[in-house]
Amino acid sequence: MISFSVNKRRVNVDVDPSTPLLWVLRENLELTGTKYGCGMAQCGACTVHIDGQAVRSCVAPVTRAAGKEVTTIEGLSPDLSHPLQRAWLEIDVPQCGYCQSGQIMSAAVLLNEIPNPTDEDIDQALTGNICRCGTYPRIRRAVHRAAEMMAKGGGR
Amino acid sequence: MNALRESRKPSFTGEVPRRDFLKLSVAASGGLLIGFYLPGMQPEAQAAAFAPNAFVRIGTDESVTVIVNHSEMGQGVFTALPMILADELDADWTKVRFEPAPVDPVYNHPVFKMQMTGGSTSTWSSFDQFRQAGAAARAMLITAAAQKWNVDPGTCRTENGAVIHSASNRRVSYGQLAESAAKITPPQQVTLKDPKDFKLIGKPLKRLDTPEKTNGKGIFGIDVKLPGMLTAVVARSPVFGGKVKSFNADKTKAMPGVRKVAEVPSGVAVIADGFWAAKRGRDALQIEWDEGPMADFNSKSQREQYVAMAKQPGLSARKEGDASGAIGSAARKIEAVYEVPYLSHAMMEPLNCAVDLRADRCEIWTGTQFQTVDHMSATRIAGLKPEQVQIHTTLLGGGFGRRANPASDFVSEAVHVAKAAGAPVKVIWTREDDMHGGFYRPMYYHSLIGGVDAEGNPLVWSHHVVGQSIVAGTPFESVIVKNGIDGTSVEGLDDIPYAIPNLNVEYHPAKVGVPVLWWRSVGHSHNAFVKESFIDELAALGGKDPFELRRRLLAKSPRDLGVLELAAEKAGWGKPLPAGRARGIAVHASFESYTAQVAEVSVDSGGKIRVHRVVCAVDCGRYVNPGIIEAQVQGAVIFGLTAAFYDELTFENGRIQQSNFHDYPMLRINETPEIEVHIVKNNEKSGGIGEPGVPCAAPAVANAIYAATGKRVRKLPIRMNEAV
Repeated sequence: MISFSVNKRRVNVDVDPSTPLLWVLRENLELTGTKYGCGMAQCGACTVHIDGQAVRSCVAPVTRAAGKEVTTIEGLSPDLSHPLQRAWLEIDVPQCGYCQSGQIMSAAVLLNEIPNPTDEDIDQALTGNICRCGTYPRIRRAVHRAAEMMAKGGGR
Repeated sequence: MNALRESRKPSFTGEVPRRDFLKLSVAASGGLLIGFYLPGMQPEAQAAAFAPNAFVRIGTDESVTVIVNHSEMGQGVFTALPMILADELDADWTKVRFEPAPVDPVYNHPVFKMQMTGGSTSTWSSFDQFRQAGAAARAMLITAAAQKWNVDPGTCRTENGAVIHSASNRRVSYGQLAESAAKITPPQQVTLKDPKDFKLIGKPLKRLDTPEKTNGKGIFGIDVKLPGMLTAVVARSPVFGGKVKSFNADKTKAMPGVRKVAEVPSGVAVIADGFWAAKRGRDALQIEWDEGPMADFNSKSQREQYVAMAKQPGLSARKEGDASGAIGSAARKIEAVYEVPYLSHAMMEPLNCAVDLRADRCEIWTGTQFQTVDHMSATRIAGLKPEQVQIHTTLLGGGFGRRANPASDFVSEAVHVAKAAGAPVKVIWTREDDMHGGFYRPMYYHSLIGGVDAEGNPLVWSHHVVGQSIVAGTPFESVIVKNGIDGTSVEGLDDIPYAIPNLNVEYHPAKVGVPVLWWRSVGHSHNAFVKESFIDELAALGGKDPFELRRRLLAKSPRDLGVLELAAEKAGWGKPLPAGRARGIAVHASFESYTAQVAEVSVDSGGKIRVHRVVCAVDCGRYVNPGIIEAQVQGAVIFGLTAAFYDELTFENGRIQQSNFHDYPMLRINETPEIEVHIVKNNEKSGGIGEPGVPCAAPAVANAIYAATGKRVRKLPIRMNEAV
C-alpha cells in the first residue's frame, strides 16, 4: 500500500510499485486530466506537481509520490479561478486541448518561482511541453497575462 | 482532400461507394428542409422540451444545445457551427452549448455524404445546413409565441433568445416557449437572414470548449472508463504486412493484472486490469513473426526505385505549351531534385478505442474523424445489425487526418479485441505503437527542369512527381483516381497558377507496401514546398526579385495575388532587416483558400538556423470566427515548421527507425517564431482553414535560407542545428 496526498485528499493505493504515477492517477484515482503522450518524459502532457515541483508522471514510479503532496490539473482550482486558467480562458489558448493540462501545470511552477517571467523564462519553463496543434503563441501571451493578474492581487 | 471536393464527390451508402455523385442536397437560402430530421428522435427527458430538428434542442432552462456533426479535434467546430446556428436562431450566446452528434445519416457531411471530418470542409459545408436548422427553430418559436398572444407571426421579431411583440410590448423567452413550440409543425421552408444582419458570424467569439480543456474535465477517447472495463495493448508486426507465426504467452499470463492474451488479426492482444499491466505483459510476450514481403524493405532502395521511375514517362497531370521543345530555347536552364520523407501525424493523444460488445449491441467510444466508415467496419466485425452499433465520438486529441482511415484500423482492431476480451475493453496504443502504426504522409521524389528566356522570364517548367497514392486500394480509389492519377498526389501542381507558357507535370504512382494516408494539407504538404521553392529558383536564375516575379506571374489570379501582396506589405518586403536576417516568401492555394507567408530567418556562422517571424496572409472567403482562424493558421505554421526542420520516418530491414519524440521531434515553444496572421475580408465563397496554413511554411523558410546563405534547401527535413 502506497500513501500520498492528491489534491489535498489522502489516498492509499495498492499497485505494483513500478507503476508510473500517471497511470495510478488516471486509472486508480480517475483523475484523467493528466494525459499520456509519450511515456518517456519527452512531451510533458503528464506534468503534475509533487511537493510543488513539476514532475513528468509518465516516468515517475508511484513510489516517488509516497508521503508527498501531488497536485494535478483537477486540483489547481475547483472552479477555473487560478490566474493561469483565467488567462487561458481569456486568451482562448487550447485547440485540441490534450496537452493543455501539462502546459498549465508547468506554467504554474514557473509563476511560483518567477512571478514576472520574460519570454525567455517562459520558453525555458515550457520547452518540455509539446503542443502538436501549435498553441505556443497563445500560451506565451496567456502566461504573461496570468502573471499580470497575479501581480494585481488576483493570485493565490 | 481538395480533389474530393472538386467534381469528385463520393457518396457512401454501403460497402462500396456509389458512383452517382449526389449534388449538395441542402439548397441555398429558402430551400426545402430535406433530410433534416432524425428518425424517431425524442427530446431528452430533462430540460430539453423543444427539439425542432436533429441539430438543436432548446430547454425550459433556456439552454440551447447545438448538436455538431463534425468531430472536434482542435479546429473549433464545437464553436463555429453553434455560432452559425445560434445566429439564425437569434439565440442568447451565453446559453449555447454543444454536443457531439451520434452516428446517423442525418449527420452526414453535406458534400461527402458520409459522417466525417476532414478536408478543411466542416464550417463551409455545414454553413447552410446549420443556418437552416437555426432558422427553422426560430420560425417555430415565433409561431408558438404568436399563438400564445393571438397575434400575426409577421408582427413578431426575435432577439437574444426571446420572441418580442413590439406593438404590445410583450416578450417571451425561448425557454418559456420550448414546450409549446414542440407542438408546432416544422416549416417546410424558411427565410434566412440577410448576412448584413449577422450578429455572431464574423466575430472572434471565445471557444465554447475552452473551460473543459483548461480544468482537465474534457473527455478524450483515452479517458473513457466503463464499468468493469479492461485495458489492452496489442503487439503488432514490426514489419508492415507481417503476421504472427507463433507466440508464447506463458510469462505474460503469469503476470499480475493480466487477464487474457489473444491473437487478433493485427497481432497479439494483452488484456489486463490497466495499461501498465497490459504493457508489461506485452513486453514479456515471445512472438515469432512471418514478416512477409516487406522484411527487407529499406528507404535507400526505395529512393533508388523512385529515382529510376522519375526518368521514365509518367501520367500527364498538366500540359501547357511544349515543355520539351521549349527547354532547348531557354537562355538559362536549371535542374533540381526535391525530396520529402514519410511523416507521422503524431497527434498528442495516441490512438485508442473503447468497446463494449454484447450479444445484441456494440457501443464504441473513440475520437474518430470517420464515423460512417468506422461504423460499417465495426458492424461487420461484431456481426450485428447497423442499428445495434453506436459510436460515441469523444474529443480528439488531434487528428490531422490520421483518425479518418478508410481501413478503420484502430476501431476494427478494438472490436476484435473486445470479442476476445468478453468484457468492455479499451485498446491503448503507446506512442511507439502510434508512430509504427502506418498510414503516413507518403515519401515523395520530385525531379524538375526549368528555364528562363533571355529577359529572365520563366519559359518552361517540367516536373516529374513520384510517390504513393493515398487512396489506391481503398474505396475512395474509384472516385478520386482519374486516368490513373490520384488527384491528391498532384494537387497544387496540376493547377500551378503561374503564367508560364510551357508547363509539364507528370505523375508516377509508386506501389509500396507502406500504408499511407492524408496528413494535414495532404498533397499540398509536399507539392507547395517544391512549387514555391522552384519558382524561387527560377526567379534567381532570371535575376528577378522573388516577390515581384510571383506578382507578375499571378496577375490573372486575383486571390493568390491579394494574399501575396498583403503578406509582403505586412512583412515589409524589400525593407532593411537587422544584420544577418533574410526573408523568403511563398504563396499557395489549397482547400479553396489562399495563403501567403513571409518568413524572416537568420543563419549563424555555425549553420544554426533561427526563424524569427512568419507573416501570414489568408483569404478563406466569408468566414465565421476570426479568432479561431488566427489560431488555426498559427498552429498550421508550427505544424509546417516541424515538418520542415525535424521529421522523417525511415526504414531499415522493414522496420521504422524512429519511435518517439526523442527521434521524431516536434517544434517547441522556444523555437516558435512570432507568427502574425492577417485575414482578408471579402464575400467570396468560403474555403477551408484547418490545413491551408501548412503548405507555405516550409518553402517560405527554405527561400529565406537561400536569401541568407545562397544555399538551396531541396530536401526535408532541414535540421535546426545542421549546417546548410
